[in-house]
Amino acid sequence: MSFWQKIIQYRWDQIEAAISRKTAQDVRQALRAPTRNFDDLLALLAPVAADFLEEMALAAHRLTVQRFGRTIQMFAPVYISSECTNSCVYCGFNRHNQISRATLSVEEVEKEVIFLHRQGFRHVLLLTGESPHHAPVEYLIRIARKLQPLLASISVEIYPLTTNDYRRLIENGVDGLTVYQETYHLKRYAEVHPAGPKRNYHWRLETPDRGGQAGFRRLNIGVLLGLSDWRVDGAFVGLHAAYLVRRYWQSHVSVSFPRLRPAAGGFQPQFPVNDAHMLQLMCALRLWLPDAGLVLSTREPASLRENLLPLGITQMSAGSKTAPGGYVAKENVEGQFEISDLRSPQEVVSMIAAHGYEPVWKDWDASFLNAAQP
Amino acid sequence: MTQLPPLIIADRTFGSRLLIGTGKFASTRIMQQAIAASGAEIVTVALRRVDLSDPQDNLMEAVDRDRYLFLPNTSGARDAEEAMRLARIARAAGCEPWVKLEVTPDPHYLLPDPVETLKAAEILVKEGFKVLPYINADPVLAKRLEEVGTVTVMPLGAPIGTNRGLKTRDAIQIIIQQAQVPVVVDAGLGAPSHAAEAMEMGADAVLINTAIATAGDPVGMAKAFRLGVEAGHGAYIAGLGRHSWEAEASSPLTGFLRSNHV
Repeated sequence: MSFWQKIIQYRWDQIEAAISRKTAQDVRQALRAPTRNFDDLLALLAPVAADFLEEMALAAHRLTVQRFGRTIQMFAPVYISSECTNSCVYCGFNRHNQISRATLSVEEVEKEVIFLHRQGFRHVLLLTGESPHHAPVEYLIRIARKLQPLLASISVEIYPLTTNDYRRLIENGVDGLTVYQETYHLKRYAEVHPAGPKRNYHWRLETPDRGGQAGFRRLNIGVLLGLSDWRVDGAFVGLHAAYLVRRYWQSHVSVSFPRLRPAAGGFQPQFPVNDAHMLQLMCALRLWLPDAGLVLSTREPASLRENLLPLGITQMSAGSKTAPGGYVAKENVEGQFEISDLRSPQEVVSMIAAHGYEPVWKDWDASFLNAAQP
Repeated sequence: MTQLPPLIIADRTFGSRLLIGTGKFASTRIMQQAIAASGAEIVTVALRRVDLSDPQDNLMEAVDRDRYLFLPNTSGARDAEEAMRLARIARAAGCEPWVKLEVTPDPHYLLPDPVETLKAAEILVKEGFKVLPYINADPVLAKRLEEVGTVTVMPLGAPIGTNRGLKTRDAIQIIIQQAQVPVVVDAGLGAPSHAAEAMEMGADAVLINTAIATAGDPVGMAKAFRLGVEAGHGAYIAGLGRHSWEAEASSPLTGFLRSNHV
C-alpha cells in the first residue's frame, strides 16, 4: 500500500468538476464543521470561497494559534550541489541551462553552516539537484555527520532515494525529508519533466512513503504553484498529507506551497497564482489539517510573508541563498531561482516579533535519534 | 479565610497548585509576566526547545531557578529510550533530577504512550529521578506508575492544546480516589472553570499552558487561572454539597407516616 493506491481512486477532472460545483452554502458548512471531510476541503478551495476569505483567515488563525501558539520555527536552506540530470522546464538547475554549477566539499558545507549557526539557525535543509554521481549518498552521510554537532535538526531535499538509503541517512543524523510532487496532474507532470529520472511520476509520488517507512520524523510535501490548476493540486496535496498523517502516524507532516519564481530558462507559469489564491490555499489547508506544519519560504515577497504570517504559517526561512556556497563558501555560482524576500534573518526575526510571534530557532534535539548519539 | 494546605510533591512543598508550561508564548517577556501572574512555582520547559550546552540559552535564562522549580519535560520523545536520554542529558547539564516524563509517539495529538512511559518511569526512578509522568486518564496505569515510584501522576483532561476541558472526567475521578501520590491534571484545560472543576473533584494541582499562552491577554488569563485553581481547591477543602438523586432526610416525603405515630 502506498499513496499510489489511494490517488488512483481520484480523477483530476472529477475533482476539478466537484470544486467548480461548490456553492456558498457548501463553504459556510465547511467553515462551521467541527471536523472536515474531503468535500469540505474542496469547498474551501472553490472559486466561490473567495467571498469568505476573511472568515477562512480568522478560523485558520485561531486554529493555528491553538495548535502551535504564537511561534514561528526558523530554518535555512543550504544548497550543496547544483549538478542535475533532470530537465525540469521551470528550474534553474535544468541540465540544459548553461550556468556555473558547483558541488560543495564537506568542509565548504560546514563553512556555510557555521555562518548560519552564528546567525542563530539550528534547523537546516540540505538541497541538491539530481546527480547521484556528484552527490552520492555517502557524500550526504559525511556531511550529516560533520554537521550534527552544530545543529538540532537536519532535513534533506534531494533526489528520491530507496527506503534503505533513507534509513542510512537517518542513522547518521538526518531527521526530515522534503519532497514535492510539483504537480499531481499526470500529463502536466510529464510535460514539465521531459527528461531525466524525475520523469518517473510514480517513483516520486511514493517517495514520502519510502521516507515514512524509513522513519523520518518530519515529512514535508508540496506543490509548485503555477504548473497546474492550484485548486485541484491543493486538493491532492491535502489528500496526500492526510494520507501520510494516518499512515506514518509517528512522523510530523508539513506542507509547502512554493510559487514559481523567475529562474534561468525563463519559464512562464501557465496557471498564475495571485496573492488571494495563496491565502485561500493556505487557509484551506490549515482548516483541513489543523496540526500540519505550513511552510513559507523567501520565494515570497516580504510584505506577503508578513500578511500571511498569522494565518497558518508555522515555519519560515530567512536570508536564504539558492546557490551552493551562496552564503560564504563560494562566489559566482548560480542559484536555483531568485528569492524575493531579501531581508536578513535578523530583520525577519524582528518582523516576526513585531507581529507578536516568537521566532523559534531550536525545536528539536539531535539526541532524539538513537543511532546519532556519539 | 483558613489557610489552604500546600501541595507536597516528593517532600517538597509548593504554595501554588498551578503548574505552568512555557510553550506557545508570543515572546519570552510575556511568558515571564504570565508565569509571575499565575503564582506558579513549578515551570515546565521542553528540552527540545533549549540548548543545554549554552549557558545563555534564552528559555533557560528566562526561568529564574531560585524562584521556580525548573521542570524539564521530554516532549517530542517517541519511546522510552529517547525520553530517558533527554532526562539524563538535562541532569548532566546541571538541572535538578526532576523530569516531566512525556512519551508522545504521535506528533499530532501528542497522546502519551502508556507502555513506553511505564518502562521509562521505572528506570528513571531507579536512577534517582523524581518522575512526573504525563498519561492518559487510565486509573490502572496510574496505579502501576505509583508502584514503580513516580512522585505524581499527570492524567490529561483532553488532548494537549485542545482547550476542551475535562473530557476524561470519570476516569480522573477514579484516579483521584485511588491515588497515593498527587494527581495533576495536565492537558486540555481551556478555561479557569475547567481548572476549578478539576480542583473541586479533588485533583491536587493542574498544569496549564495553551489556554494561558494563546489567550488575548496571557497575563490576565494567568491571573484568572490562579483564581480558578484557588476557588476550586478551596471549595474541595470546604466540602462541596454532594449532588445526589436520592431523597435526603431533610425533606422526607414520608415524614407523615412517622408523625402519625407521635
